[in-house]
Amino acid sequence: MQSGSEPAARTRTLLGIGSFLLPLLIWCTVSYVPFVWHPKMLITDAGGVDYFQAGMLVDKDVFRDEAANMRQQGLPLPSGQPANPIYLPPPHRVAMAFYTAFTTAPEQKDAPWLHESLWHSIQIIFWGFVISSVIGVPLGILAGTYVTVSRLTEPFIEFFRYLPAPAFGALAVAVLGIYDAPKIAIIVIGTLFQQVLIIANTTRKLDPTILEAARTLGARGGKVLTRVVVPGIIPDLYRDQRILLGWAWTYLIVAELIGTSSGITWFITQQARYQHFENVYAAIMMIGILGFGTDLLLALAGRRLFPWDRPQHGR
Amino acid sequence: MTTDLPDYLRQSDAVKARFERIRSREVILEVRKLDKRFAARQGEVEALRGIDFKVHHREFVCVIGPSGCGKSTLIRILAGLERHSTGEVLIDGNPVTGPGQDRGMVFQGYSLFPWLTVKGNVMFGPKMIGRGRDAAESDALMWLDLVGLSKFAHAYPFQLSGGMRQRVAIARALVNRPRILLMDEPFGALDAQTRSRMQAHLLDIWRNIDITILFITHDLDEAIYLADRILVLKAHPGEVQELIEVPVPRPRSPAQFTADEFVATRTRLESLIHPPVLPESEDEQAVKPHLIRFTDVNDNVE
Repeated sequence: MQSGSEPAARTRTLLGIGSFLLPLLIWCTVSYVPFVWHPKMLITDAGGVDYFQAGMLVDKDVFRDEAANMRQQGLPLPSGQPANPIYLPPPHRVAMAFYTAFTTAPEQKDAPWLHESLWHSIQIIFWGFVISSVIGVPLGILAGTYVTVSRLTEPFIEFFRYLPAPAFGALAVAVLGIYDAPKIAIIVIGTLFQQVLIIANTTRKLDPTILEAARTLGARGGKVLTRVVVPGIIPDLYRDQRILLGWAWTYLIVAELIGTSSGITWFITQQARYQHFENVYAAIMMIGILGFGTDLLLALAGRRLFPWDRPQHGR
Repeated sequence: MTTDLPDYLRQSDAVKARFERIRSREVILEVRKLDKRFAARQGEVEALRGIDFKVHHREFVCVIGPSGCGKSTLIRILAGLERHSTGEVLIDGNPVTGPGQDRGMVFQGYSLFPWLTVKGNVMFGPKMIGRGRDAAESDALMWLDLVGLSKFAHAYPFQLSGGMRQRVAIARALVNRPRILLMDEPFGALDAQTRSRMQAHLLDIWRNIDITILFITHDLDEAIYLADRILVLKAHPGEVQELIEVPVPRPRSPAQFTADEFVATRTRLESLIHPPVLPESEDEQAVKPHLIRFTDVNDNVE
């Protein structure tokens, strides 16, 4: 529970929008107000400096020294305007890159377009998460329901989850080749072990009297699991899955660097190499938008799927 | 002011005849020399010792006792949710080995399935014992009608008030046609008004349905109002102190709360359960308020 009273719905929306506008405002200030930061000079006229060129970015002190030199030697003064380093493009260029990155052909022939890279990344995430869930969800539920399963699996999983998934990169490539399989494997390794523990814990939190009520009504063995445990935890299980999907996204970049770089990570590294930093920012934000967007959609779907699930339901 | 209250053992002829009739009925539940011990940090704890009683067909028995007397443990053993250490629990002569269809249970915390509608909750039992979907549905609708919740068949439990939830829980427990209905402080969480409505409603159900009821409570008035007989337990270890035949005639009504038989029974119960049941009495021993004067010394309110 947060301290302070919960603000009204409209205030809440405004605050939510504000939480996005605030960082944007800082970024705009740094980009568009010339006396804020701007450690570089963008040369507009080289003057007498032989190594200056129009369009070149130099440090401010270099520019000042050279200007002083020229004044001493009586040569024409260079001129320029304050600028930010190339790795900090202004918001409007990044905004434009959201469109142009999709319409610009890749620098290398038969390299994938941005939408192809994104789609590739989404597939890696999807399969990684599906494979992890197919193992992790049932195992978690079983471990949460049966003490024997819990004792048999959880100590090892507790240990294993501390092994950083990227550390398995080289091994994954050796075993699974250099294409998509090792990448999916890294996401599975990164997600699965947390998943089992979290879902086991969620299962254990199911009100025990609900299980007892079911038993007095004649539920036995497997039916307790399928008719009581699973429906009883499913809204919480769904919330867990949403959080875990977020974790899977954080493993994506590391996973895609393994073997042959691919997907959105490949796009980002390529664009950084050509110093198209606006594309780099746009691509990073696309990951954020995709992840956050899916989560919002899943949250909305959850409300439809589990109409009985209310945050403050008194039983 | 009468100085000579009738003794709680004195029964009118009508009441005497009723008890004769009850005793002549078949025994539904028989508990023989039941012990329950469990291991705790401070060694073995004896929760129940030598519990011995019988409940006859269509009898209403209340179990009452101070906190820690093991009344909840007792009902959980009867329901088959816990094992007893020694002794026997027989339903219609058959020993209890686990939860079964012959016993329905209503819990204090309702314990409805939040993911099922009211109808779904009541259908759960019939489905589990292998009745078909249609049969389960018609059973459920009949029992919902009986507790007056037909209109709420498609509501979820979270949309209902406490009293309505407990009605669903009762319908859910009765739909499997148990021989005995076990109720563990079912109205403990309800407000006074709802509680008295639910008591009247339960008596209605009991009058009209072929059901035997074992009801746990810590409310003396509730026990006297509802019960044919009251099983009084004492704590540490839980033992039967007395099995009181309630001399209050039936049909019961709240007007009888001041009747002589009622007051006499209440006095007897109070003397047995002394001090009266205080929830959190153990906590209170640990909390010692240190009150200092925080107001004008001359400003007295009493």
